Amino acid sequence: MTRSADVLIVGAGIVGAASAFELAKAGLRVTILEERFTSAGATGAAMGHLVVMDDSEAQFSLTHYSQTLWEKLHEELPAKVEFERCGTIWVAVDDLEMAEVGRKCAFYRARGVHAEILDPQSLRDAEPHLRAPLAGGLLVEGDSVIYPPAAASFLLEKAVELGASLNTGTAVITLEKGIARLADGTTLSAGRLINAAGQFSQKLTPGIRVKPRKGHLVITDRYPGTVRHQLVELGYLQSAHSSSGDSVAFNVQPRSTGQLLIGSSRQYDIEHDEVEPAILSRMLQRTFEYLPALASYSGIRVWTGFRPATPDKLPLIGPWPDDPTLYIATGHEGLGITTSLATGKLICSHILGQAPAIPVEPYLPSRQMVTEAHV
Amino acid sequence: MSEILTVRVNGALVNVPAGSTAAVAVMLSIGACRQSVTGQPRAPLCGMGTCFECRVEINGQTHQRSCQVICEANMEIKAHG
Amino acid sequence: MDSVLQRSFDVAVIGAGPAGIAAAVRASESGARVALIDDNAAPGGQIWRRGASQSHHPEAEHWLDRLSKSSVTLMAGTRVFYAHKGALAAESDHALSEILYDKLILATGARELFLPFPGWTLPNVLGAGGLQALVKSGLPVNGKRVVIAGTGPLLLAVAAHLSEQGAEVLCICEQAPFSRLCAFALTLAAFPEKLVEAAQLRFRSRRAPYLTSTWPVAAFGQDRLQSVQVSDHQCLREIECDYLACGYHLVPNLELVRALGCRVTDGSAEVTELQETSESAIYCAGEPTGIAGLDLAIVEGQIAGYAAAGNLHSARKLLATGARYRKVTSAMKKAFALRPELATLAKPDTLLCRCEDVSFQDARKHSSWRAAKLHSRCGMGPCQGRVCGAAAEFLFGWTMDSSRPPIFPVRCSSLRAIGSPANPAQRHGGSP
Repeated sequence: MTRSADVLIVGAGIVGAASAFELAKAGLRVTILEERFTSAGATGAAMGHLVVMDDSEAQFSLTHYSQTLWEKLHEELPAKVEFERCGTIWVAVDDLEMAEVGRKCAFYRARGVHAEILDPQSLRDAEPHLRAPLAGGLLVEGDSVIYPPAAASFLLEKAVELGASLNTGTAVITLEKGIARLADGTTLSAGRLINAAGQFSQKLTPGIRVKPRKGHLVITDRYPGTVRHQLVELGYLQSAHSSSGDSVAFNVQPRSTGQLLIGSSRQYDIEHDEVEPAILSRMLQRTFEYLPALASYSGIRVWTGFRPATPDKLPLIGPWPDDPTLYIATGHEGLGITTSLATGKLICSHILGQAPAIPVEPYLPSRQMVTEAHV
Repeated sequence: MSEILTVRVNGALVNVPAGSTAAVAVMLSIGACRQSVTGQPRAPLCGMGTCFECRVEINGQTHQRSCQVICEANMEIKAHG
Repeated sequence: MDSVLQRSFDVAVIGAGPAGIAAAVRASESGARVALIDDNAAPGGQIWRRGASQSHHPEAEHWLDRLSKSSVTLMAGTRVFYAHKGALAAESDHALSEILYDKLILATGARELFLPFPGWTLPNVLGAGGLQALVKSGLPVNGKRVVIAGTGPLLLAVAAHLSEQGAEVLCICEQAPFSRLCAFALTLAAFPEKLVEAAQLRFRSRRAPYLTSTWPVAAFGQDRLQSVQVSDHQCLREIECDYLACGYHLVPNLELVRALGCRVTDGSAEVTELQETSESAIYCAGEPTGIAGLDLAIVEGQIAGYAAAGNLHSARKLLATGARYRKVTSAMKKAFALRPELATLAKPDTLLCRCEDVSFQDARKHSSWRAAKLHSRCGMGPCQGRVCGAAAEFLFGWTMDSSRPPIFPVRCSSLRAIGSPANPAQRHGGSP
């Protein structure tokens, strides 16, 4: 049995959802194939921090572009998405980190992103529960937080309203040359295929280099008003950037429910999703070093998720060189929620042959084929 | 004849039999322990510490399951029902 | 900063209800160093709960007395939140314990099943066991009008107890049909002492009509309960009352069983005749192996306690008694099976998840418990799905099959401590 669509998207996480939304808006017939249920992968585990990043021009470009898209969309978002423009404070513990704050501030400002340096007193005023003494911080007011599964569901609902089909409980075994072969033996064909399968994308397109990077999260009971901004340590980028080993970095988010979401940890080469006490302990220890009050807060749930990570820290967005029908939209590591909307737009530009809003070269999947000898 | 203990619920004095739980003190006075996330008054349901409906603040500690806490003299219970 | 106590025992028993107490006492008598860990302030679990009013149950007194005279280390007010082979992490109000064990006995008991219906979240709508627990914890009910509803033998016990405390039990609404209850009574003919007990309980609440095939369909009131509407298929009746004590029998507490990887079949922990689970060195006794009531729990607890302490001879002597009481399990299941109408009481806007205020219709549209949690937030609150998840199993057929630590909410400092080497502040079994 073959059904035809213009585009088949594998993966109903936020990247698949955003891609479906853009393509459906452009009038294409879209079918989304999801093995489990929507947001069952990284989207369901993610923190939902919409953040502009400065670690490279390419990362800045993608996150900034995507943030403007979230801004345009946010008024349409239903309440369950819990969109809050709480801003981010990057926290500095010493003069070295304050120098980094200065550099970061200049970088953002030069590119039109509002950023404000906070001295120790202003930091205390902004976040009274942070331990003192700290050296200060950088406030980026334009950053926001959302509840990712609700956002993905919203985008999927919009896509479906525009004619897309969403098939959950549908596992895809192979995806190539215009054909998706399903686990039940049937095939579907389409002019274009998109691999948005996140942590499973490498199974579907052998040859792309996307490794799952495990993270732990804790959520507390309700303590409204204790933290107002998403708080991240400046060492976060070091943790995000290491290509091997385990690391933790202070990263706490206030949810609109008054609960605190506590991250972040990174591990490579772990396949099981069980909670691991050792790294959980390190993550919490780091958290208490910044927010000592959290030690006595009630932790009601702990979970893990797998970020799809690439060797060069940038996602894969665009055509797959070996197969003119296949496009890749994965590898977003810790920025999948933020850059989902931009990814949807860029994928759409690729497929329709339209000029993209930002340069697409840094994210082209073909770069992986050029640099690697063989995996 | 069992002893009577006095505790405070939201500032008001409440007498309970010795050995009573904080949940009893709340039920005897304001009647509700907490407000749900949509603002409904809630009181104990399971009586055995598994439903979390009976959460109150006791002596400054929030999110205490009042059905699991035995009253002590001068205990300060704050119920946000 | 929490202090971390590390202690080692031959046998750790989790749950100080009848099964756990029996297990701990027998293991200790057989020479093992035993810890008995329980969340409540005092041992006894639910059915032997003491409190402001002393328990009159002679068997309870007997076992509690043996416990206090034994060398079992009782860790009360202590919640186990993380378990793996050989070690448990448990939190109390001021301390954190790492408990090392050779053998583990899970006697975690059961909790009441609550099913949603319009008005079920009103103050003074409680479980049947729930109201009983609060009365035992000091709540005066003298002169209060109480409707008892739901299903199961517990309703009679609660009616009797409340009547004795001076409550005006207006009626007992049992959803099971009379015919099934008669059939159950017939199976109890093999246990004449149980029939006598049931008759005694009924006598103690004789003023209250016992209505079969009757169940509550709605509760009304502004800020608290004012009246209950009950149905018996043919007509609806509204009854003004002060308390509605409603519970639909019991669901086993399987969180630790699942967290340790023990096999669960048909909603019960699988055990051998010596109460061993599918995981070596881990035993299970009482309601989690199948809801069957007090007598079997005490026998299973003893078997597990003897077996864990290596006293197989004494364990085997109880097998026949256990087998006899076990016949009650399937009879109970049949007698108190839930009628399908109970799944239709909730209206679309009736809350299913009370922690997060998630409505029945918002939860129902999903295909599994996991999807419902993620998308509707049902089960994401502090009760970790103990109330709504159990209801969802009946309402939608979803199984709550995974169990992740912490299996109980705990302080973040306790979560931190489980991953770092404990300070060996104390290293011995026995009382502090």
